[in-house]
Amino acid sequence: MTDPAAGGPDVAPSSPDDTAAEPAGPTAWGVPVTEAFGQMVLHPPVDRWFETVAACRDDGYVMAIDLTAVDYSAHPGRTDLPGGVRPERFEVVASLLSHATGERVRLRTQVPESDPEVASLFDLYPGTEAMEREAWDLMGVSFSGHPDHTRILMPEDWEGHPLRRDVSMGRIPVQFRDAPPAR
Amino acid sequence: MSDVAEQATSPMGPGRTYLGPSERVYRRDDTSAVLRLSEAEAAVLAGGPDDPPTGDIADQRMILNMGPSHPSTHGVLRLMLEMEGEAIRRSKAVIGYLHTGMEKTAEDLTYLQGPTNVTRMDYAAPLFSELAFSMAVEQLLGLEVPPRATWIRMLMCELNRVSSHLLFQATNGMDLGAVSMMIYGWREREEVLRFFEKVTGLRMNHNYIRPGGVAADLPDGWQADVRRLLELIPPRLDEYDTLLTGQPIFRGRLQGVGVITPAEALALSTTGPILRSTGYAWDLRRDQPYLAYDEVEFDVIVGTRGDSFDRYAIRQNEIRESLRIVEQILDLMPAGDYRVQDKKVTPPPRARIDESMEALIHHFKIFTEGFHVPQGETYAAVESPRGELGCYLVSDGGPKPYRMHIRGPSFVNLQTLPHLMEGGLIADGVAVISSVDPIMGEVDR
Amino acid sequence: MARLPLIGDVSHVMSDGLEGLDHNFVTARIEDLVKWSRARSCWPATFGLACCALEMMATGAAHYDLARYGMEVFRASPRQADLMIVAGRVSQKMAPILRQIYDQMMEPKWVISMGVCASTGGMFNNYAIVQGVDQVVPVDVYAPGCPPAPETLMHAILTLHDNIQSGELTRRRKASNGGAGIQVQVPDTPGEQPVELGSR
Repeated sequence: MTDPAAGGPDVAPSSPDDTAAEPAGPTAWGVPVTEAFGQMVLHPPVDRWFETVAACRDDGYVMAIDLTAVDYSAHPGRTDLPGGVRPERFEVVASLLSHATGERVRLRTQVPESDPEVASLFDLYPGTEAMEREAWDLMGVSFSGHPDHTRILMPEDWEGHPLRRDVSMGRIPVQFRDAPPAR
Repeated sequence: MSDVAEQATSPMGPGRTYLGPSERVYRRDDTSAVLRLSEAEAAVLAGGPDDPPTGDIADQRMILNMGPSHPSTHGVLRLMLEMEGEAIRRSKAVIGYLHTGMEKTAEDLTYLQGPTNVTRMDYAAPLFSELAFSMAVEQLLGLEVPPRATWIRMLMCELNRVSSHLLFQATNGMDLGAVSMMIYGWREREEVLRFFEKVTGLRMNHNYIRPGGVAADLPDGWQADVRRLLELIPPRLDEYDTLLTGQPIFRGRLQGVGVITPAEALALSTTGPILRSTGYAWDLRRDQPYLAYDEVEFDVIVGTRGDSFDRYAIRQNEIRESLRIVEQILDLMPAGDYRVQDKKVTPPPRARIDESMEALIHHFKIFTEGFHVPQGETYAAVESPRGELGCYLVSDGGPKPYRMHIRGPSFVNLQTLPHLMEGGLIADGVAVISSVDPIMGEVDR
Repeated sequence: MARLPLIGDVSHVMSDGLEGLDHNFVTARIEDLVKWSRARSCWPATFGLACCALEMMATGAAHYDLARYGMEVFRASPRQADLMIVAGRVSQKMAPILRQIYDQMMEPKWVISMGVCASTGGMFNNYAIVQGVDQVVPVDVYAPGCPPAPETLMHAILTLHDNIQSGELTRRRKASNGGAGIQVQVPDTPGEQPVELGSR
């Protein structure tokens, strides 16, 4: 916590890790890192989600600002992933903030459609409880180890996950009567 | 004030030394203050037989439902309170009664229409939501907003902070029984809203801050209006101090009620006046300056005990700080464009449509199809009156956002409610909800 | 005292007695008195949901002042309220509660749908918002605006008052069976078991 440089971003070439694809670019905390508009973005694989966030937390990122999910099924060709990271349908995005250095880091993990499950961050940041419930409710990504895995915004007996791209908006067609003639 | 030695060793930076215990927010079991009971289970409990009237009465707990239609829950918030007598042991905030599907709607609106959608999330401070959205879009576009537009945004946002905190003073007073405070708070708010109506055309939900700048320039004579506000509001704030701040009953109701330690607030991702009431100095305007906040002088108000009185006092003084910023803006406002002159993004002035074919085509394309924003994802955050308001925006290169997520501060701050209310009475619970100042539009989106 | 200002000497009224019935009394209908008092003392129930709630509170505050119409008391309990101003967007989760509050109000009751979200769903034509609160409760006056300025809300309230006082609303309500064509079904089973006092 006192030395933000330890375990921080190192612009070293790939270090071999246990996943099949070897990250071929810069890494930080052992996962590929990119940059988006001046913000550091990490791309941990799903099975290393919890430990990567824990490593960031140990390095001074005291606050989990935001946790959300994105459904990329209507935009499969996204170009901002580093090489070696295979895009999946869902992405869980967490934003962390370090108060000592004022830096933010964003972590994006690819969650496959066949098994939309990610480890819950409650034990690291209890503030993610409501955020993860919302991601489950609206997007359908489940969080293993979450203390209260229920819907938060939709009624409890609602079926479906409204924010997914294959769920329609639910518009009701509006009928307009003929405009009155000009006086 | 922390001395140099403390500053050097503080892990979080100066002004953030004492953290306090935080173990209770990590609990998952029955000893936690959060009642993790689904609504279906609660309904089953309600229909079942009561506990037999034997044994220690103090052991018996009752689940009481408060809201969603309730005069004191600040909108449509439902609270399930597990009570032992009058004391609240565990509680759960049930939300979703104002869920509007705004994030889904945002995927259907162009970037120019986006502010109309986000502005209705935090309806007490709508300009902040518009600002966060516009900042995110401008980051993706790589646009640089002209200085006058930046300063106009700052002026309007600080006045919006004033009107939002006045609303807090009014509702806080009313919830505690000082009903006349409601009338006084709204009286001042009307003055600020009148200025907003003059500048933006609307009293609320302005759709004024748009990607590229602001919708219209400040009208002539705006300095006189702002000066009038600067002369009018501070004496009234002193009146409120006389009415409330020193008053023993008010203090008795708020001091020591709803206490949270800094470490708990950090663990729960709390931001804004609640975090600052614990003594932890974090304000995005000072620590991660956006717009032109690094060019104006203001203080960040922090509390000492983390109780509801601190939160009230912080907001009262933040009004004064905001007026201080506004006064500086009066002198420092630069001349220039009120929006970026990029034809692809900014609609042309209406008069030019008659003269130039190109202007007509740009106008048509911007308002029907919308301007395209390059692919990418970004997060932009501002310090709203309730905390850190952020916009996470994903673009696929089209004219509409692919995914827009607003990090609503009230949504995250509501997680502190069970911990603040634990052990207090219901009347304290009302004071606590009021001091958290949630806006349900932002909670439910 | 037998002298009234502007009228003069009225001491003969008492002495005329019943013979003065044709020139000393003014008659009117009870119904007019009832309608006048209903219009002048219409207490709203607090049903502020979203942004329109702030404008509703502004209408009740000092500048726009609903108290001059006798309406500044916003009753939290629907049993004590006559008027429900649905101020704000009604989500799917909130609709049953809206209906429950409306049912708990006692006749005569009126509903003002404030704002476009309550009237038609507003700008949110999606899965989450009930497209018009008249799908759930019968509405008497619709106030457009997003949010309607306090002047618009007051215009809606005064329209309602005019309709109450002219009797138009009572007549219409009777004709359409309470509006919204809603049929109430009386359950076959008997009501709640009465609570035996002292047993809990």
